[in-house]
Amino acid sequence: MNIIVCIKQVPDTNEVRLDPKTGTLIREGVPSIINPDDKSGLEAALVLKDKFGAKVTVLTMGPPQADLALREALAMGADRAILLTDRAFAGSDTLATSSVLANAIREMDYDLIIAGRQAIDGDTAQVGPQIAEHLDIPQVSYVEELELVDKSLIIKRAFEGGYFKIKAQMPCLITTLTEMNTPRYMSVSGIFGAYREKEVEKWTIENITINKETIGLNGSPTKVKKSFTKGVKAAGKKYEVDHKEAAKIIIENLKEKYII
Amino acid sequence: MDFKLSNEHKLLRTMYREFAEVEVKPLAEEVDETEEFPVETVKKLARYGFMGIPIPKKYGGAGADNLAYAMAVEELSKVCGTTGVIVSAHTSLCAVPILEHGTEEQKQKYLIPLAKGEKLGAFGLTEANAGTDAAAQQTTAVLDGEHYILEGNKIFITNAGQADIYVIMAMTDKSKGNRGISAFIVEAGTEGFTIGKKESKMGIRGSATCELIFENCKIPKNNLLGRVGKGFGIAMKTLDGGRIGIAAQALGLAQGALDETVTYTKERVQFGRAISKFQNTQFQLATMDMKTEAARLLVYKAAFYKDSKMSYSKEAAMAKLYASEISMEVTSQAIQLHGGYGYTREYPVERMHRDAKITEIYEGTSEVQRMVISAHLLK
Amino acid sequence: MNLSEYKGVMVFAEQRDGEIQKVSLELLGEGRRLADELKTDLTAIFLGYNIRDKAKELIYYGADKVVVADHEILETYMTEPYTKTMTKMVNEYKPDIILMGATAFGRDLAPRVSARVATGLTADCTSLEVDKDTNLLLMTRPAFGGNIMATIICPDHRPQMSTVRAGVMIKLDRDESKKGEVVDYNISLSSDDMKVEILEIVKEEKTKANIEDVNILVSGGRGVGKKENFDILEELANEFNGLVSGSRATVDAGWIDRSRQVGQTGTTVRPDLYFACGISGAIQHLAGMEESEFIIAINKNADAPIFDVADLGIVGDLHKVIPAVIEELKKAKKEETQ
Repeated sequence: MNIIVCIKQVPDTNEVRLDPKTGTLIREGVPSIINPDDKSGLEAALVLKDKFGAKVTVLTMGPPQADLALREALAMGADRAILLTDRAFAGSDTLATSSVLANAIREMDYDLIIAGRQAIDGDTAQVGPQIAEHLDIPQVSYVEELELVDKSLIIKRAFEGGYFKIKAQMPCLITTLTEMNTPRYMSVSGIFGAYREKEVEKWTIENITINKETIGLNGSPTKVKKSFTKGVKAAGKKYEVDHKEAAKIIIENLKEKYII
Repeated sequence: MDFKLSNEHKLLRTMYREFAEVEVKPLAEEVDETEEFPVETVKKLARYGFMGIPIPKKYGGAGADNLAYAMAVEELSKVCGTTGVIVSAHTSLCAVPILEHGTEEQKQKYLIPLAKGEKLGAFGLTEANAGTDAAAQQTTAVLDGEHYILEGNKIFITNAGQADIYVIMAMTDKSKGNRGISAFIVEAGTEGFTIGKKESKMGIRGSATCELIFENCKIPKNNLLGRVGKGFGIAMKTLDGGRIGIAAQALGLAQGALDETVTYTKERVQFGRAISKFQNTQFQLATMDMKTEAARLLVYKAAFYKDSKMSYSKEAAMAKLYASEISMEVTSQAIQLHGGYGYTREYPVERMHRDAKITEIYEGTSEVQRMVISAHLLK
Repeated sequence: MNLSEYKGVMVFAEQRDGEIQKVSLELLGEGRRLADELKTDLTAIFLGYNIRDKAKELIYYGADKVVVADHEILETYMTEPYTKTMTKMVNEYKPDIILMGATAFGRDLAPRVSARVATGLTADCTSLEVDKDTNLLLMTRPAFGGNIMATIICPDHRPQMSTVRAGVMIKLDRDESKKGEVVDYNISLSSDDMKVEILEIVKEEKTKANIEDVNILVSGGRGVGKKENFDILEELANEFNGLVSGSRATVDAGWIDRSRQVGQTGTTVRPDLYFACGISGAIQHLAGMEESEFIIAINKNADAPIFDVADLGIVGDLHKVIPAVIEELKKAKKEETQ
C-alpha cells in the first residue's frame, strides 16, 4: 500500500504576535511547524504503516526551507520525502498549487492520498479536494477516524451536526482533522536517520509534466488585489491592584454597561 | 571551531523540548511530592529512543552521539531532575560499560534490551565504607566452578529496585587493591540478590535510591564484564562518561530555574512595575544566564571530545564540577528572585534547588572532580 | 474564455434533510445586493430530493430564479453527484459570480467544482464588493491567523467563485409577495456516480448551546494552568448564564473541548462580554474575539498583547481575581433582590 501525505510548512500562528503600535505581524522568531491538520494526516498514515506495512511518502511544495518540515516527517517515520521547489511555482494560488502537487503525484504509485483539511496560515481547505479533482479520484474531507477493513477505508467524516460513516474504495484522497489523533513525536534515531540515512528529494518543474501556464503567479486564476491589517483598537484601562479591588472595578464596569 | 549545532541536533532539541513540556513537566511536582518512580514516563522515553541515545543501532540504540545524549538529559532535567538522572544512570552507568567492555554475547543479551528501553539499568560501586575511596570495596566475588559467588552490600544505588540489569563492582582478589576489583553483570531476581532500604532524599525524590544486598548470590561466570582485575578501570572510565550526563542534568536544572525566573519576574509586580524592570533583577538574570551558558559550553565540549574519541576525562570532570556548582548558585538565586513564593512548593524553583545539590555529590563529589582536574594538570 | 458570456449571480442553496441552511439565505441577501449593483439576476441552485415545494422559499428570500435538481441520489450531500450536477449547471447558465456557504459541505464541493471548471475560488470570505471600475468581485477574507485581511480578485476566469462564512452576510426579510421562476433541472445520475458509500449518518445533538450563540463568554488560556482550574471559570460563566471557552493552547492541551475553541482556527465570537483569563493574546486568538462588545482581560503579564484589545485590563492572578469577582457578583445580585 502506497500512501502519499501532502504537508505544508506554516508559521506557528499560536506564537505570532501583533505589534500594538503598527498593527503589523511580528514574524521574527516565530517557529515554523508542520501544519497541524497535515501532521494528523501523517500520523494516520504512519498508523497504517505500523499495522499493514504501508509505504509513506511525504510531499510538500514550498521554499527550500521547507526541507525542515520533511525531515521532521522522516524523523516521525515516513519512508520518502519530496520537496517541490522551483521559482516557477512561486505565487501559486490553491488551484495552481493543487495542479503542481497532482502532477507530482502522477509520477508516483499511490493508493491513498492524505492532506490536512486546511492550513492555519491560509485556512482555505481547497488544495486537497482540488488535487482529487485533478487526479479524478474520490475524496472524503473532514476525516475524524480512519480504518482499513478488507481493502476498503471506513471513515468517520465530520460535519456541523454530527458525522457520516463512509466506506470508500482506493485510490482516493482524504483530508484530515487534528481531532483525529495525537501525532507521535519524532524519535531520536528517526532524527539522526532523517539527516544521515534518508534524503529529501528536490523536484523542480523539470521532474513533472505540467502546462506552465497553469502554475505560479501568472497561472493562478485568483490574485491578491491588496492586503491590509485591521485597525488597532485603542487599549482600554489597565489596573494593577489587588484582587479584591480588581473584582470591585470589574463589577462597577459591568453595572455601567448594564450587563448586570 | 564551530559553535553551531548540526541540523540533527537542532531538530533533536525541538523534539526533546516538546516531549519534556508535554510528557514530563506536568508530572514533575507529583513525582517529587510522592517519591514515586515515574514508570509510565520511562516507557514513553523508551518508545522515542531516549534510553539508548549513544548506543549503535545494531545494539538496539538510536545510533546518535554523546552530544545528543547530553542534550536529552539537559532538556529533561530542565523540567524534572528525577527524569534526567534516570536516563543518565541507565545510559552512562549500565548500557555504555556493556557496550565498551562487554562480549558480543553480553551485548546481545543485555545491551539490546537496555538500549531499546525494554530493560532498565543501574550501576553498583559505592559501599558504606567505600565512597570516594572506591578501592576500599568489601563486596567480594569468588569463582566457584562455572559461577561467581557475590557477597556484600552496595548503597545509594540509582534506579535500584526498578532496574533489571546491574553492573556491579566486587573484589576478586583483595590482596591486589584496585587491581583486585572486577566488574559483573547481575540480573534482577537472581537468587541471593535483594534490594534493601530505599533512601528518602532531599532532591531527585522520584528516582529510586536503594541498598543492594548480595548474600551467596550465584551468577554465571560469563557475566564477568571485561577481564578479571580490570573492574576499577572500567568503573573509572564509566564514571568519566557518567559525569557528562550528570553535568547535563545540573545544566538543565540551572536553565530550568532561569527560565522560570525570567517568566516570573516579568509577571510579578512590585512598586507598580514588573520586577524585571528593576536593574537588580536584570543584573542577577544576566549573571545566571552567563554562568549557565558557560556550563553548557563545558558540557557540550566534553560530549564532543567523547564523540571525537579524544581523551575527555578532564573535560568531563570540569563540566561536572562547574555545571553542578553554578546549578546550585543559579537555582538558589532563582528562589531569591521569586521571594517568598520561591521558597514554597507552589513554584518549581525550590525543587530545582533541592535536585541540584546532588549533582555536587554523586558520580564523584566536587572534591573528586578537583582531584581529577589537578591530576591532569600536574602529571 | 469569453468573459462577457458570463452573467448573473448564482447562489448554491444548501439543504440538509430538506432544510434550507441559514447561511444560504444570508447569501441570497448578499447575492441580491450584488445582482442589483451589477444590474443582473440572482439565481439559486437547489439540489436535493423531494425539495421542489421548498424552492419558492428561496424566491421569498431574494432569488429571481431557482433551478431545482430533484433526484434521489442528491438527497444527502455527496461529493461526486453534487459536483457533477453543479458543474453541469455552471456550464449551462454561465454565471459571473457563484456564492456558496463555507460549511463542511460547501467547502468540500466548491474546490471540486472550481477545479473541474478551472476557475479561481476564494475561501471563507467575510466581505464582498463590486469594483466600480471593472465590475470585478472584490472578495475579502482573513488570512494569516486572521490579522491580515486580503482582498482577492479573479480577473481572467469565470465564474468568480467564493465561499462565505456563516453569520457574516445579512438575509432579507421573508417576503411572500416576491415573484420568481422555478425551473426543474433534469440530471441523470446513477449509482456509478457514487464512488463512496455512506454507511450511516449520525446526528449528534449538541448538549449545550454553541459559544457563538451566547452573550457572555468566560475564556481561559495557558495561564489557567490545568484542566481542573477551568472549574472556577465555569462557575463564573454560570453566574452569567454564559459558557466557558478557550484558546487553541488549552484545546491542544486537552483542558477543554475543541467545540469551545475561540480563534481563527476555532470559532469567531462576538458576545456582549468576553472575559479573557490567562490568555496572552496570540493574534489567532484575537482574530476570533476582538469584535466582542466588551472585553475584560485578566493576566499576570502586564505586557500581554491581550491588554491591547481589552476594554478593561486587570494585571493579576486569575486564580485570585475570579473567585473575588464571583463573590462580588453574588453580593451585587443579593442587593438587587433586596
